[in-house]
Amino acid sequence: MNTYKRRKIASKLMCAAAFLCAFLTLVPLISIFGYVFAKGIASINPDFFTNLPRPVGEPGGGMSNAIVGTLILIGLSCLWAIPLGIIGGIFLSEFGNNKLGTTVRFTADVLNGVPSIVIGIFAYTLFVLPMKSFSAISGAFALGMIMIPTIMRTTEEMLRMVPRTLREAALALGISQFRTTVSIVLRTALPGILTGILLAIARIAGETAPLLFTAFGNRFWHQSLTQPIAALPLQIFVYAISPFDDWRRQAWAGAFVLIVIIFLISFISRFVIGLHYKSPSSR
Amino acid sequence: MEERVRVSNLNAYFGNTRALKDINIAIKAKIVTAIIGPSGCGKSTFIRCINRLHEVVPNTKVSGEVLLDGEDIYSPDVDPIEIRRKIGMVFQKPNPFPVLSIYDNVAAGLKLNGVKKKDYLDEIVEGSLRRAALWDEVKDKINASGVSLSGGQQQRLCIARCLAVKPEVLLFDEPCASLDPISTSKIEELILELKKYYTIVIVTHNMQQAARVSDHTAFFLLGEMIEFGKTQEIFTAPKDKRTEDYITGRFG
Repeated sequence: MNTYKRRKIASKLMCAAAFLCAFLTLVPLISIFGYVFAKGIASINPDFFTNLPRPVGEPGGGMSNAIVGTLILIGLSCLWAIPLGIIGGIFLSEFGNNKLGTTVRFTADVLNGVPSIVIGIFAYTLFVLPMKSFSAISGAFALGMIMIPTIMRTTEEMLRMVPRTLREAALALGISQFRTTVSIVLRTALPGILTGILLAIARIAGETAPLLFTAFGNRFWHQSLTQPIAALPLQIFVYAISPFDDWRRQAWAGAFVLIVIIFLISFISRFVIGLHYKSPSSR
Repeated sequence: MEERVRVSNLNAYFGNTRALKDINIAIKAKIVTAIIGPSGCGKSTFIRCINRLHEVVPNTKVSGEVLLDGEDIYSPDVDPIEIRRKIGMVFQKPNPFPVLSIYDNVAAGLKLNGVKKKDYLDEIVEGSLRRAALWDEVKDKINASGVSLSGGQQQRLCIARCLAVKPEVLLFDEPCASLDPISTSKIEELILELKKYYTIVIVTHNMQQAARVSDHTAFFLLGEMIEFGKTQEIFTAPKDKRTEDYITGRFG
């Protein structure tokens, strides 16, 4: 009976410790959101979304070009990184139990750990130097490079979690390997893959270093995708380190908008996927 | 009785392990053939060789002949996809596609092979569900998810899914292993009904089940077929000592 009492007390203590740790991990998250919200909301007004940045000293102005620029950069990066990442993930999970698969997996993990500024230099050498101009596409190339390993590895993990019995059930019905992979396996794993894609988007949406010498930033509207383009993180960076109060206030507003954009992308895509698909675990 | 599947000198391997050793068996049309034997004796491997599913596992190999209506399904110009459409399979654990509705689960084999005509699909889905004795239970929720059904219903859904592609042979790999007695008896009734139309091979751990549903029984041990004959004879007057020991529960 004595040990039972001791176990009960120990159990209570451990529960409390677990709760405390869970709470502690939330503290930084909540304080960042709260602080950015409090600081940013004050400088948010319609002008912020519709106006271009104004020169120093002139009050007002906004970040419309940077908001659109960030959306364009995210879109362009997704355009090439999502298909490549997913198809690569399919390869790793379905056909990757060999030397080539191991090599690709290892390379992807290494790429995932490469500092983003190094990827920026790579994109600079590959795109900016030959084209003799900073550009949106070089920025999207750098950002996509950062997305690919994340998307590829989550796709692989999610596909591997689809039980083999489902593949066999489909094959046993006389469904081809291709159809089985696309219509059964990929479809079953879709919510998990989407989570991976959203994580990758959230990560690149805030990347600044690789854009410094690729997208470069632009105080005006971009002329074309082969020209420098503004991006929120760049604008935030420039404004936040400036000595002007007005700019620093706008930097907070920019940070707030960036967080909202990431949140919206994540919310909308989950909602859209949820309409077409109900995850089996949610039933 | 007409012969549907003839297996001669069939060997199956996992890597270097020989899981089946020179199996010879003739499976007659429109009766139930049961495969019994202790765990690991190669029962499942054997039926997975009949619809060419053994080869989808990496590092496996098959040698020998499996004739379906006189034609070798392992001959190099035979497409395994065609074979699997003619020979359906029901697995040990019910495995409906979780992302598909009941309707789409049954229609999957046709839809994913390019059949689009709605009327035709409706007809096949209803017919297959009726034949699998599930129609009355699901007709009002045909668009609900396949995994919302109970285990026994899911297994009948898997049977309906097989029937929809119009197979000639049905393979059952311990179809009742994860079901309760009531669901089990429903599946057994269904098998007895289905044998009017299909050639059926059932792997089972349950000897009473083999006795109840099958006409012929094969006893497997350590990858070899020990004895094959009429179910009644196997259970009442086995010729081999090992079959007798297994049936009387001395091992296994």
